[in-house]
Amino acid sequence: MRELMRHTWLIARKDLQLEFRSRTALASAFVFTALVLVIFEYGRDPTAVPTIDLAPSILWVTFSFAAMLGLNRAFQAELENQALDGLLLAPISRTSLFWGKLTANLVFVALVQVVGVLLFILFFNVPVWRVWLPFLLVCALATIGFIAVGTLFSAMVVRTRFAELMLPVLLLPFLLPPLIAAVAITVKLFAGRPLSESAGWLRLLAGYDLAFVSLTTLLFPATVTE
Amino acid sequence: MTLAQRGRWITIGALLLLAGVYVRALRFSPVEVHQGLAQKIFYLHVPAAWSAMLSMGLVGLASILFLIMKDRRLDRFAAASAEVGTVFCCVMLTTGPLWARPIWGTWWTWDARLTLTLMLFFLFIGYQVLRGAVNDPALRARYAAVVGICGLILLPFIHLSVYLFRTLHPQPIVLKPSAPSLPPEMLVTLLLSFGVFTLLYVGFVMQRYAIGEGGGNE
Amino acid sequence: MLWARELTHAFGAIRALDGISFTLERGRTLVIFGPNGAGKTTLLRVLAGLVRPMRGSAGVEGGRRAIGWIGHQSQLYGHLTIRENLQFWGSLYDVLARDLERRQGELLSRLGLEARAGQQVRTLSRGETQRAAIARALVHDPAVLLLDEPFTGLDRLAAEELGALLGELAARGRATVLVTHDVKEGTDLASDVAFMRAGRFVEFGPRGTRDAAALTTAYREALRGA
Repeated sequence: MRELMRHTWLIARKDLQLEFRSRTALASAFVFTALVLVIFEYGRDPTAVPTIDLAPSILWVTFSFAAMLGLNRAFQAELENQALDGLLLAPISRTSLFWGKLTANLVFVALVQVVGVLLFILFFNVPVWRVWLPFLLVCALATIGFIAVGTLFSAMVVRTRFAELMLPVLLLPFLLPPLIAAVAITVKLFAGRPLSESAGWLRLLAGYDLAFVSLTTLLFPATVTE
Repeated sequence: MTLAQRGRWITIGALLLLAGVYVRALRFSPVEVHQGLAQKIFYLHVPAAWSAMLSMGLVGLASILFLIMKDRRLDRFAAASAEVGTVFCCVMLTTGPLWARPIWGTWWTWDARLTLTLMLFFLFIGYQVLRGAVNDPALRARYAAVVGICGLILLPFIHLSVYLFRTLHPQPIVLKPSAPSLPPEMLVTLLLSFGVFTLLYVGFVMQRYAIGEGGGNE
Repeated sequence: MLWARELTHAFGAIRALDGISFTLERGRTLVIFGPNGAGKTTLLRVLAGLVRPMRGSAGVEGGRRAIGWIGHQSQLYGHLTIRENLQFWGSLYDVLARDLERRQGELLSRLGLEARAGQQVRTLSRGETQRAAIARALVHDPAVLLLDEPFTGLDRLAAEELGALLGELAARGRATVLVTHDVKEGTDLASDVAFMRAGRFVEFGPRGTRDAAALTTAYREALRGA
């Protein structure tokens, strides 16, 4: 178990090192997030729909699409010089390889979400800080399961034609449950309702995360072993 | 008789039976009071949904078995089932609006069932797009199996999330698409239609599987 | 040290391996000659554990930990420096920190890369990249070396250097399997020679005293006859 964690950490750290060196994916995701939020801001009529009703949907849609931008970079770097073969040759389990990638992706998405939330507060004047802890919890729960599926799919898609297009096409149905749940809970939070009222949604999120983190971990070896 | 020929006979038989079901539906089943003649689409719409679910369920099952047993025939079957499932989804998604419009005054509603079928449709499309993008047959089979299994596990979550969403929002319609209490004649017609659609599924898949070797997927 | 037993593998209708069996002791260097498509790379990948054969088995004493792979691709990360690459790969193989320091130093000086150690791999020349790749393969002191056409693209000087290095490693007890389609390249290193064609060994045995010319003749005959 300790071995597993150590190898996972080594791979995640290497991925993050690489990303901070090249910065391309991170920069694109930040810019994309800002752009989308700006467009939503100018696209709506402030007199027609109160911000606070629309805000959660905007936020979560922005998060999801920005996250998908970053997912392909995880395995793209491995194809460059066939480093993936090296990783498969090394005495590490496939699970630690997958979890390492997943961890790096989660950190990446978390960074994008932080920037997104800050811009969000700035543009839409929504009182996030009042409920920052439950909001943090929702963000984490809604992101983990979806990113696990995204990491698994990106491992496959990176070797196909039209990888950038293929990933969103495959991934979007998997976005629906966590998106619906996250928006529903966020609406409640911004309206000042306690978290306990969203217990059903939270259970759904937890169930989804559990199911898909386990499933993707189980299925990952099938995508890399011949 | 080859597999394709047998499949063709079953399909023809099923289509004839379907015609028979419709005769029964139109002439001999009572006309529903509120919905009128439009309600007859119900006998196409609901069983099509069932066949679409069946297709997905079998894609998922075949995918799991394929990863364990590595028998390529399972992959061929999954590919065939996915294509057939797409067709049934289309039937469901076209009959849905055709039914909804005269009754609810709207082409589309985001209720649990229709949304689930729409997502199912996207899953099928995604599955086939992926298959089309991979040249190596062995890799294609493994990738498709992974997506198939994930798709299958996703379905209950989609259903749950949309259902939770809808129950917390006011329903725009009074009648649910499939009323729990049906007069016996309607129920029988419906059950017959279910049977026919299952038979259609079998017939279509048999033909598609048989073509498999020469067609695009192999 | 390493062995194969009745290895059979096919890609669709193509038989890549057709009942390959052999063993190799430490200190021996097996050079496999064969035309393109003979199945040489597949054999190496099966030995390395990257591909699971349809039938038969193969293994390396010590498992994945004991294998060092040098192929066409460098398996290095372009945006990391040589040192960082060695650090990463070494730690994946559980090389202890202080040993890693020492080995890095040894390899860098032996391969003439000290001056470039702090440079990102993508800035290196082709020859330097190749040498860095060799360093990566050797950083964990593998007992078995698997080489897939390692001389491709090397100039004569670099090829000689590599040959010398491999000779040293063999003298120190490494078992090496080298595949190539160029008889001239591998001859001096070989203690054992095999000719491979359409997934089978057409000939397998000690090199004896045969030089490159003699081997070339034997190779041509073997291919014609089989």
